[in-house]
Amino acid sequence: MESLNALTPFLYMLSSAGYLTYLFLQKSYLQRIGYVLLFAGFMCHTAIIVSGFVESGHVPVGNLRQTLCMAAWAVAGVFLLIQYRFNIKILGIYAAPFIALMMLIAAQLPDEPSQTQTIFKSFWLISHVVVIFIGEAAFALACGIGLFYLLQENALKTKRHRFFFRRLPSLDLLDSVGYVCIVVGFTMLTLGLITGFVYAKSIWGRFWSWDPKEVWSGITWLFYAALLHERLTVGWRGRRSAIMAIIGFGVLLFTFLGVNLFLEGHHKDFTKL
Amino acid sequence: MSEIVLLGINHKTAPVEIRECIAFSQDDSVRALQTLHRNPLIDEVVLFSTCNRVEVLLVSKNKSQAISETKQFIADFNKIPIEQFEKALYIHVNDEAVRHVFRVASSLDSMVVGEPQILGQVKEAYRTATTLKTSGVILNRLLHRTFFVAKRIRSETGIGDRAVSISYAAVQLGKKIFGTLEEKKVLLIGAGEMAELAVEHLIRNKVGNILVANRTFANAVELAKQFNGKAIRFEEIGDCLTFADIIISSTGATDFIITREDVKRVIRSRRTRPIFFIDIAVPRDIDPEVNWLTNTYVYDIDDLKGVIDENIEDRQREAIKGERIVDEAVIRFREWYDGLDVVPTIIALRKKMETILEAEIKKTFQNNKMIEPEANALQKMTDSIINKVLHDPTVFLKKNGMRDHTTLYIDIVRKLFKLDE
Repeated sequence: MESLNALTPFLYMLSSAGYLTYLFLQKSYLQRIGYVLLFAGFMCHTAIIVSGFVESGHVPVGNLRQTLCMAAWAVAGVFLLIQYRFNIKILGIYAAPFIALMMLIAAQLPDEPSQTQTIFKSFWLISHVVVIFIGEAAFALACGIGLFYLLQENALKTKRHRFFFRRLPSLDLLDSVGYVCIVVGFTMLTLGLITGFVYAKSIWGRFWSWDPKEVWSGITWLFYAALLHERLTVGWRGRRSAIMAIIGFGVLLFTFLGVNLFLEGHHKDFTKL
Repeated sequence: MSEIVLLGINHKTAPVEIRECIAFSQDDSVRALQTLHRNPLIDEVVLFSTCNRVEVLLVSKNKSQAISETKQFIADFNKIPIEQFEKALYIHVNDEAVRHVFRVASSLDSMVVGEPQILGQVKEAYRTATTLKTSGVILNRLLHRTFFVAKRIRSETGIGDRAVSISYAAVQLGKKIFGTLEEKKVLLIGAGEMAELAVEHLIRNKVGNILVANRTFANAVELAKQFNGKAIRFEEIGDCLTFADIIISSTGATDFIITREDVKRVIRSRRTRPIFFIDIAVPRDIDPEVNWLTNTYVYDIDDLKGVIDENIEDRQREAIKGERIVDEAVIRFREWYDGLDVVPTIIALRKKMETILEAEIKKTFQNNKMIEPEANALQKMTDSIINKVLHDPTVFLKKNGMRDHTTLYIDIVRKLFKLDE
C-alpha cells in the first residue's frame, strides 16, 4: 500500500514530464508515453481508493488529503476518457501536471483518519460523492480547454502565429470538446445535487437547509445552466463559452474548497486538515 | 576506379535566359541520354531537367575527359556556344556530387525550400534512365539512396510543413479555425488569380457550396460555372453573410464592401458560428474592424504575407536539420562506394568466412578441451579451405577484359553474401 501511495504521484509526474517534452519537441510518441504513464498512474490510484473504501467501508473523503486525492483520481479518469474519445493531444499538457500537483499537495497534508460516522455509509452518499467528483473533474478539464481556446483565438486574431498557435488544435475542436466537458459536468452536477438532496432528506429530514455549501452549489449549478442555455438558444460558443467555462470553474473551486475554508457548513469533514 | 560526376546549372547560377536555352524536354532527354551513353567514356548517366535546373549525373573512369565531352555535348545539342553557359555551370565530383543530388531531391536546393514537386521530377528522370538502361549499379544505388534520404528529410523535419503560398496559407488558417473545411460554405467576391487559386484549394478540401458574386453578373455566372457553384447578385452579399463560412474577397473596389455593421447584423442569426474573411484585394474590401467581432477572423493580404514569411523562416530552420541528414547519408554512401572495389570485396568475403568457421569450431569443441597441436592443425586446415574457396572468385574478379562489368559483379557478390550489412 505504501509503495502504491508513492508510485502513483511518481507516475503522474513522469506523465507530466512526458507531456511537457511533447509540448516542446512535438514528437507524438512522447504524447503516447505520457498517456500510458497517466493510465498506469490511474490504475494504481484506483487500487488505493478501492482499498481505502474496503478498509473503512465508506468513500475516502474524510479529510482534505483524501478529498484532493479523490479529486485528482476523478480528473485523471475523465481525462483518460476524453483523450480516448477525442484524441485532443494538447489536453494532457494541462491535465497531467494538474493531477500531479493535486497529488503532491495531498501528500504534504496530514492523514488523520476521521472517525467513521454512520451517516457516511449510505448508497445515496456514495453516489453523491462519486458523481459530484466526476462532474467537477469534467468542469476542471473544460476550464483547461477554455484556456487553450483563448490562447488559440488570441493568436488567430492578433495574427501572431508563434509557439502555441502551432501546437494547439483548431478552435472548432477545442470548442466542441469543451462543450462536451460542460455537458458531462452539468449532468453529473445535477445528479450529484439530486442524490445529495435525497440523502439530506433521509438524514436531516429536509431536502434543503440553506447551508452555505448548498447555496453555493446552487449558484454553481445556475451558472453552468445559464452557460448551456445561452449556447442552446442564442448560440454562445467560442470565446464567450470559453470565458464562462473558466469563470465557472473559479466559482466551482470556491464551492468545493472556499466554502469549507471561509464559511461553515455540514461538509466540513471534507476539508479537515 | 569510376568516379561520380555531376554537371549542372540552376536558378542560382544562371538567369532564365540561359536556363531556357539548355532545358531538355522529355523527348530531348531520351535522345540526350542515348547519345551520352554511347560515349565510351561514360559508363552510366542520368539527366534531369526542370524549369529551375538542368543536371547531368554520370559515372566515368576518366572524369576530365568526360566532363569536357559532356560540356561539348550540351553545347552541340542545344546549339549554343560553350562560353555562354560555362560560367554558370557547376561541376561536382564524388562526395560533392552525391551531396548535391541528395540536396536537390530533398528540396534543400530549391528556390522555395521544401517544395514537394522536385522529388517527383527526379523520380521521373530516373525512370527514363532505367527504361533506357543508361543507369547502372552505381547510379541505381545512388538514386535509391536519394529517394530514401528525401523521404526521410520530409518526414523527420518540418521542411514541407508550413504553407508558403497565399492560397495555401489561407486554407491552413481555415483549418485552424474550422478544424475541417468539409461542407463549409464559401463566398467568392470578385475575381483574380490568387482568389481563384484559393477557391480551388478549398474545393480540394471538400468545402460545400460555392457562391460567386461579381459587380457584373455575367462574370459571376461564368466563374460559378468553373467552380460548379452558384452566382449571386452583388446586392445579395449582405444576406449571404448569414450562412457563408469562408469569404474570399478580391475586387477592385475603392471602398469597403463589407463593413463592421454588415457583419455585426448577422452574428445573431448565425448563432455566432465562426466566419473567416480572406481579403486579397488592394485597397482592402473588408473593414479591418470586422476582425474584432466575436468569432470573426479577417486576414488581409499583408497578414497572409506575414504568415508566409514566418513559415519560410521556419522551413529554413528545418532545412538545417535536413543538411545534417544529408551529411550522414553522404558518409554512408561513401562507405558503400569504397567497398565497391575488388580488394575490399575480397577482404570482406574472407572476413565473413573466417567468422563463420571460427564460430563453428567453437561450437564443435565447446566442451572438449583441445590440445595444442590439434588446434594448430585445425587452424591450418581452415585457412587453406578459405584460400581454396576464395581463389576462383578472386581470379574472376581481378580478370582483365571485363572492365565494364566489374562493378556489376562486385555488386552481385556483395549482395549474394550480404557484405554491406
